[in-house]
Amino acid sequence: MSDTLNLTLRVWRQANRDDRGAFHAYRLEGVSTHMSFLEMLDVLNEQLISQGEEPVAFDHDCREGICGACGVMINGQAHGPDHETTTCQLHMRRFRDGDTITIEPWRATSFPVVKDLMVDRSSLDRIIQAGGFVSVNTGNAPDGNAVLVPGADQNKAMDAAACIGCGACVASCQNASAMLFTAAKVTHLAELAQGRAERSQRVLSMVAQMDEESFGGCTNTYECEAACPAGIKVTAITKLNREYLRALVTSDV
Amino acid sequence: MPDASNGTLNSHVPDGPVQDKWDKHRFEMKLVNPANKRKFNIVVGGTGLAGGSAAASMAELGYNVKSFCIQDSPRRAHSIAAQGGINAAKNYPNDGDSIWRLFYDTVKGGDYRSREANVYRLAQVSNQIIDQCAAQGVPFAREYGGTLSNRSFGGAQVSRTFYCRGQTGQQLLLGAYQALMRQVAIGKVQLFARREMLDLIVVDGVARGIVVRDLVTGKFETHVADAVVMATGGYGNVFYLSTNAKTCNVTASWRCHKRGAYFANPCYTQIHPTCIPQSGDYQSKLTLMSESLRNDGRVWVPKNAKDTRSPKDIPEAERDYYLERRYPSFGNLVPRDVASRAAKERCDSGFGVGAGLAVYLDFRDVIKRDGEEVVRAKYGNLFHMYEKITAENPYKVPMRIYPAVHYTMGGVWVDYNLQSTVPGLFVLGEANFSDHGANRLGASALMQGLADGYFVIPYTIGNHLATTSLPKVSDDHPAVREALENARGRVQQLLDINGTRTADSFHRQLGSIMWDYCGMARNKDGLTNAIGQIQELRQEFWKNLKVVGNGESLNQNLEHAGRVADFMEFGELLVTDARHREESCGGHFREEHQTAENEALRDDENFCYVGAWEFKGVDEESTLHKEELEFKDVKLATRSYK
Repeated sequence: MSDTLNLTLRVWRQANRDDRGAFHAYRLEGVSTHMSFLEMLDVLNEQLISQGEEPVAFDHDCREGICGACGVMINGQAHGPDHETTTCQLHMRRFRDGDTITIEPWRATSFPVVKDLMVDRSSLDRIIQAGGFVSVNTGNAPDGNAVLVPGADQNKAMDAAACIGCGACVASCQNASAMLFTAAKVTHLAELAQGRAERSQRVLSMVAQMDEESFGGCTNTYECEAACPAGIKVTAITKLNREYLRALVTSDV
Repeated sequence: MPDASNGTLNSHVPDGPVQDKWDKHRFEMKLVNPANKRKFNIVVGGTGLAGGSAAASMAELGYNVKSFCIQDSPRRAHSIAAQGGINAAKNYPNDGDSIWRLFYDTVKGGDYRSREANVYRLAQVSNQIIDQCAAQGVPFAREYGGTLSNRSFGGAQVSRTFYCRGQTGQQLLLGAYQALMRQVAIGKVQLFARREMLDLIVVDGVARGIVVRDLVTGKFETHVADAVVMATGGYGNVFYLSTNAKTCNVTASWRCHKRGAYFANPCYTQIHPTCIPQSGDYQSKLTLMSESLRNDGRVWVPKNAKDTRSPKDIPEAERDYYLERRYPSFGNLVPRDVASRAAKERCDSGFGVGAGLAVYLDFRDVIKRDGEEVVRAKYGNLFHMYEKITAENPYKVPMRIYPAVHYTMGGVWVDYNLQSTVPGLFVLGEANFSDHGANRLGASALMQGLADGYFVIPYTIGNHLATTSLPKVSDDHPAVREALENARGRVQQLLDINGTRTADSFHRQLGSIMWDYCGMARNKDGLTNAIGQIQELRQEFWKNLKVVGNGESLNQNLEHAGRVADFMEFGELLVTDARHREESCGGHFREEHQTAENEALRDDENFCYVGAWEFKGVDEESTLHKEELEFKDVKLATRSYK
């Protein structure tokens, strides 16, 4: 296998939120297979700047798969073809010489495009603001071991808490639903003794906010789980639904 | 206010025994009564562990807080990438830990170049941090019965590190972020994402706000306040290749420095021993493999130089477990600076593996002992990440690792109250300098960030607000206009150059100068040479930079250019500091100053001080101010991990 690739990139270019946007094709030659996908875009951008063209805007930060900043549709798949892998951790050895790669931003009403491949995901922050926390002011906490959390519960909480908030679940869902994102936080906090006091209020408020932000409903296609780089499972959505029903039936909020 | 008029700095450390200082100080500080807190406005730059926890905690107290971050969401600050854990002196394992021991280990780990009183306070509040985070729902690892688990980290012989798999930073940050979001929902915090801080507003000598640029619209904004809290992280990206996130930069700190905040110990940079080696010229960053891996992984190189056999073909007798050989009592868990230098020494002597700049981190023995599943449960995400990047399976072949720039112990000088030399400007977390001395121990960055934000600044800011005259400042105050025009002018300057070289190419070149002459080993001639090279490169930058696009919209190459421009100035100060410090300590290793066994050789007689630099102009020499360090409770001694 050759160590370098010659590629054609079809990249979505959109000047700002109100621009219509279109695909532009670029040739990129001699791409090392050891590069990450974002390093490949860096090379494209250096080339574009040298030619006096504006570089492609994309969100990225840690480049270790944990901050959740990066994320684009690669040939129609959120974060590209690899399982449980963010765009920054996808490497060019996954592609073949001569490939054409189509690169688009997340597409969802609740994620308006900011520029090129960057979108506005502040709707996810507002879902957390609606209740994705434990109401404990600094200084109020009892000793860390005063409230026991059995290892098994902690493990389930941790599985859900691993969500990186990238939005791939929304982008890959035909309904642009944020159910997996919301469910991950609801599950994380509902599994822990510390989170239970507010569980009813939390799930009702967060789901209401999700609707408010125009995210679609869940129709159980499981695309979100397939796309999730953090390995969040759709069982979290089951948990959310149970929490939601429980709250409707038992709470007076 | 710190008094620097006589050339020395007053750290305002309270009198009395070290264990009583913080209590005494908390009592002596003036308070703002609860009803008056809502009359004060505070701006907080940065939403990592320090900034996020500070903004949330101050809002809980009743202050009006504006919180700024450079990313699209506060949840993405680079604290999120911390993997291994957070220290606390809980002594849950009953293995002999105490506040005193955590204090002692941290002072020793910092190679006796930190401020004792701050470190003691850090150890004191460490336990409250664990309590607070557990109460927020941070899913710390627990035993079957529900009690909190601990693991070991470098530089300590007790198990005091709390963790959430390999994602401790992420979980602690989400805890702080969620606390912050709660305050946003209540309306006590106003959130400003995708903003870059470009200047500090100083009115009559007191910090009164900041100038930011909205990265989406390109518009400049001024935010006037009664106090400014900066928690904008470290400057490791001056080396270009580091484990830092791409947006980590020195700009906010540097602009504060230009407005009068002294910059302390910039030469104290931490080179982390376990990172994935560089693989090509296009490389954009380096990736850390958590220090926690050294709990179970064994570091080795072949005993024969230039041994090209596959690691599995090298028999036990021909492997050199050099950390275990050189440091039998700490073994693979020596502090980072020691482990990094030892790796460099082996590679420089020709024993490196792979392309020559790597050593093995091998899990064969632990997998044999505990099984692959146990290892997967502890380190699964790290092994997964390693395989993604290198296409090698670390369950089968040893990881190849090499040191890389990771953390910066230096930063804006602050006193015991975390206040800089500009009154009203408080600096928290990695952005300040005070707690880690010349080397930071593993699992103590998270501890310090949260200590500063949750448990120090909420107290000390009140004292400032209660004791300082703060006349009303409007947006059209001359000092506000001046700061705004200054920030705007600098951005316009970058756009006007119209040269031929990209910001990234300048950044890479600066990084290679820094790494070659001011990396893991430094010497006087090299450092002098580096200063000349940086000055030349800076001149070329201002003549030949190419930025495309305009300043009135989102423009990432313009943003990058601004950060590189500041690194060009800051890099010179870092090297100047390294040249002035004629000793070796912690992460600062001067080849002229080493023992016969190649260990760092400190000079306590002449260098037992904090070097805090005052800005005098870009092409002017900075003025050095000294804060003498006193070690009353931990005796100055040569560090030994043998």
